Amino acid sequence: MQGNSGGRRFHPVRLPTLTLRTLPLVLLLAVLGLVAGATSATAQESTESVRGSLRYEGEPVAGVSISVATEGGEDVGSTESGDDGTWEIPVPEPGVYVVTLDPETLPDDVPGVQNESITTEVGNTQAKSVLFRLGEPAEGAGASGGGITLERVAQLTVEGLRFGLVLALAALGLSMIFGTTGLTNFAHGEMISLGAIAAWYLNDAGLPFVAATVIAVVLMVAFGWGQDAVLWRPLRRRRTGLIAMMIVSIGLAIFLRYVYLYVFGGERRSYREYAIQTGIELGPVTLAPRDLFSMGVAVLVLGLVVWALASTRIGKATRAVSDNPALASASGIDVDLVIRVVWMGGAALAGLSGILQGLSQQVDYQLGFRTLLLVFAAVILGGLGTIAGSIIGALVVGLFIQLSTLVIPIELQNAGVLALLIVVLLIRPQGILGRRERVG
Amino acid sequence: MDWARIIANALEAAIGADMVIYCLAAIGLNVQFGYAGLLNFGQAAFVAVAGYGLATMVATFGAPFWVGITVGLVAVVILAFLLGIPTLRLRADYLAIVTLAAAEIIRLTFRSVTLRDTFGGSDGLQDFAEGFYRLNPYADGIDLGPISFSARQSWAITVGWMLIILASLLVWMLMRSPWGRVLKGIREDEDAVRSLGKNVYSYKLQALLVGGLIGALGGYVYALAQAAVQPDYTGADFTFFAYTILILGGAARVLGPILGAAIFWGLLSLSDGVLRGAQNAYDIPPWLLGPTDAGAVRFMIVGLALMLLMIFRPQGILGDRKELALDAR
Repeated sequence: MQGNSGGRRFHPVRLPTLTLRTLPLVLLLAVLGLVAGATSATAQESTESVRGSLRYEGEPVAGVSISVATEGGEDVGSTESGDDGTWEIPVPEPGVYVVTLDPETLPDDVPGVQNESITTEVGNTQAKSVLFRLGEPAEGAGASGGGITLERVAQLTVEGLRFGLVLALAALGLSMIFGTTGLTNFAHGEMISLGAIAAWYLNDAGLPFVAATVIAVVLMVAFGWGQDAVLWRPLRRRRTGLIAMMIVSIGLAIFLRYVYLYVFGGERRSYREYAIQTGIELGPVTLAPRDLFSMGVAVLVLGLVVWALASTRIGKATRAVSDNPALASASGIDVDLVIRVVWMGGAALAGLSGILQGLSQQVDYQLGFRTLLLVFAAVILGGLGTIAGSIIGALVVGLFIQLSTLVIPIELQNAGVLALLIVVLLIRPQGILGRRERVG
Repeated sequence: MDWARIIANALEAAIGADMVIYCLAAIGLNVQFGYAGLLNFGQAAFVAVAGYGLATMVATFGAPFWVGITVGLVAVVILAFLLGIPTLRLRADYLAIVTLAAAEIIRLTFRSVTLRDTFGGSDGLQDFAEGFYRLNPYADGIDLGPISFSARQSWAITVGWMLIILASLLVWMLMRSPWGRVLKGIREDEDAVRSLGKNVYSYKLQALLVGGLIGALGGYVYALAQAAVQPDYTGADFTFFAYTILILGGAARVLGPILGAAIFWGLLSLSDGVLRGAQNAYDIPPWLLGPTDAGAVRFMIVGLALMLLMIFRPQGILGDRKELALDAR
């Protein structure tokens, strides 16, 4: 039996007067649409690619020819760096590629390139940045990727931590919504996308990235409020079943995803700033500053939310509702208010997760849809409805996704983590920190 | 706007190959979800495995057509057991997520670069359908005035509709039998059925298998009608749309999936035709409706329709609200 079927059971009986007004949503999207109409898009096709930016002593280097080949030596494509030093070559599918810079085409004032040829792994729908270091050619300048080396393990661990932390934001929200309402929200991925898309439009309209992020997160709070007010609360009042609500959330997910396609288009777009950055070397690990930034923000926000849940009045009320809505309601907690706050917080966390994901892998309308199953995997691995569990689960998913590429092909990394999910459910269906009764 | 052409296209879509594929997938879902209450979100995997079983055997290994069909069926049975044995004890929402995850694993495997020589990577496989079209009795296509199909289309659609009729008859007979009554009992109250001494787990597995095999028929039609398989055709949206079709027509009704699929594809084609027609006929500014936006708008309608149906009429067009609580777990 399920212990937490939500507060819906405890309302006085009302006539089912559902007014399904999508007005707030439409308004929000209209705002986004207006901003969209005022700007032009810098867009690429929605596939995998390798890209980078050539700079020497801070100045962009144009007209250098760069080519990409498969590991087997099959030619994939080539290009020349543009006036701003940037270049991008689409590749047909995820996998390992060899990117080569032709030193002959370097301008005379650039003495050479330290790493003429770079072997790199491109993930699913990733626009992989590779960095050619221009300057005096050094001895033994080398390639990355391939083989299990200590450096590679360290690098993948850090990248896994970054992805896990960003994923944890979304997983925490999903888990809180499930805990308080019992809803398995299939539209959570679309909240992830919305955050990234909103931030992109604000950023494109001229706001600096950090300001755009803050405003987008505020918009997401409003979106969470609106979603609960217009859709979920009326459904709880009607005593709609949890499975029926789950299917409603699938409908909502499809609807929103195609609204994004309509408004935002099918391209992948980068924020104006930080698209291409030089990595910072930290011991054996190279990390772009933007990745350090997302890790810092994620840790800060996760800490804040965990503190709020543990110490504030509303946080304690949330945990009480998660634990037993009937008892919480009987002891004077406003269950509906708690659920409303959880929707607002959950949407904001999902949006922030999307914004940070967009920072490292560009924004597109399917960003959240691709992440949804990974968020589910994180939440279930950790234990559905538990706070700490969802964070731990997300870190496990992030690390597993990255480290599994040491032994399995990179395009199967998501398949690997989903297989892990199924195996864990077989052995320990309640997840790492979950209680047995939850699975039933 | 050429209304005659738009309506003819919609009618063609309402009985065409896509409709047949989704209809068979939805009939399979009807057995699993409509009658047994199993939230299988991996129906796309059954369709994909059957299609790829056939395509891989013929295109990659050069086996004869019927060997391909047999291997596809065997693969689907194996998949049903692999998917069912670990997951059918789980609560409904867990089952949904795990089956969705399994379907995604299968899609990623077929799409994998590493197995490109076997499954063809993201391009999929072609050149395996000739054995099927050699059996084609149509010298010319079907031509019914405004609606017409080429000879190859006609053959695929004819076979598809025969499969729909056979599958529907099978479901109709099964659900009148004691076996079907046990399934409905499981949907309504699993514990009650268990207390009557029935092996609920085994019945669920059987329902998953039967539904999966019917879905596999859809997989063959998909592979043969397009004479190609492609991994992304059977993504998560395939299953979601099959659910929309089932709920639209009416779950736990034999004719529900047929009606649902016909309306779904008819309306999809109609809305597309109207939007594109309006684009040509009137001066709609491109920021409101660009050249590629018609496709997005019609799937917005699908999502909205699924929500509204589920809220206001969960029993669909043909269903009986009393019979189907739709909150089975």
